Amino acid sequence: MTALDPARRRAVLRQAVSVGVATGAYGISFGALSTAAGLDVLQTQALSVLLFSGGSQFAFVGLVAGGMSGAPAAIATSTLLGVRNGLYGLQVARMLDVRGLRRVAAAHLTIDESTAVGVGQPEERAGRLGFWATGLAVFVLWNLMTLAGALVGDSIGDPKTYGLDAAAAAAFCGLLWPRLKSGDAFAIAALAALIAVLLAPHAPAGVPVLVAAFTALVAAVWPSAHRDPTPPHHWTDEDEATKADPDHRGTPRGEAR
Amino acid sequence: MSMWTAVLAASALAFALKFLGYVVPTQWLEGRRTSRVTSALPIALLSALVAVQTLTGAGGALVVDARLAAVAVALVALALRAPFLLVVGLAAGTAALLRSLGWG
Repeated sequence: MTALDPARRRAVLRQAVSVGVATGAYGISFGALSTAAGLDVLQTQALSVLLFSGGSQFAFVGLVAGGMSGAPAAIATSTLLGVRNGLYGLQVARMLDVRGLRRVAAAHLTIDESTAVGVGQPEERAGRLGFWATGLAVFVLWNLMTLAGALVGDSIGDPKTYGLDAAAAAAFCGLLWPRLKSGDAFAIAALAALIAVLLAPHAPAGVPVLVAAFTALVAAVWPSAHRDPTPPHHWTDEDEATKADPDHRGTPRGEAR
Repeated sequence: MSMWTAVLAASALAFALKFLGYVVPTQWLEGRRTSRVTSALPIALLSALVAVQTLTGAGGALVVDARLAAVAVALVALALRAPFLLVVGLAAGTAALLRSLGWG
């Protein structure tokens, strides 16, 4: 595997830091919301350090806000929203190939943002760098901003005023964009989006996205996936790639290492 | 249940789920088809997540507001090969502007 050139390295790190900053800004509103819901500063911080998954954390504090009778529902919803992190892990684990304590750290940092930056990179080396850099940037900023929000409360205002909710969605689009140039990935993404939106009014939080994940099965039967040389995507089998791409223009980051 | 019990239980379950993805035996995912499905999984999940974040409001109801306009601007910018930070900035700016004008 060739080393990452400095320009690509800088581009990946720039993505990681910008995603970290955008997510961190949300940490302020999480901290404020959590203390308003009745958690103390230490409990709020414990959620950001130990649970470390934004969607689950917001759902948790929202459901205990009405009193501890909401605790079982808070734990259940938070856990349901966390299932997708486990599904991300299936792919990220193969990309990172880590053992021991590094594996524990990688698992803890496996969230939407780190996964999106990691799997959005065309080369495996950039993917690893993107995953770790984003995971660490989000962890540090999310926790610092949680503390700030818990201490100062709501006075900073709603992040929506600054369009930060839309910035997060746009960032995910931008991260996935290079992958969507292949027909199968685009079809999967479009189908998943449609299913999730159609199910959203009829299913509990977290479920629509999980059901939409089944569209990934399309990749198993899509015949032309490995014939698309750009971008080099990593479900290309090396033999197939050689057949389809005799000039080796695309460098498949093959699983058949 | 005390608040601390709830916080720690939710955290433990969250980590267990994250770790589960890392301990699935690699030979289960080795086949070419399986491997393609696992690499497509994050794409499906993230795309569904963006759709839910952009288009749904309280209770999962379909809501068209400044978020959709902002993501549309982002997609146009991406199609025009704008750099990542510009895409994100344009989306935030669009949503902030529309909201300051009282829409969405």
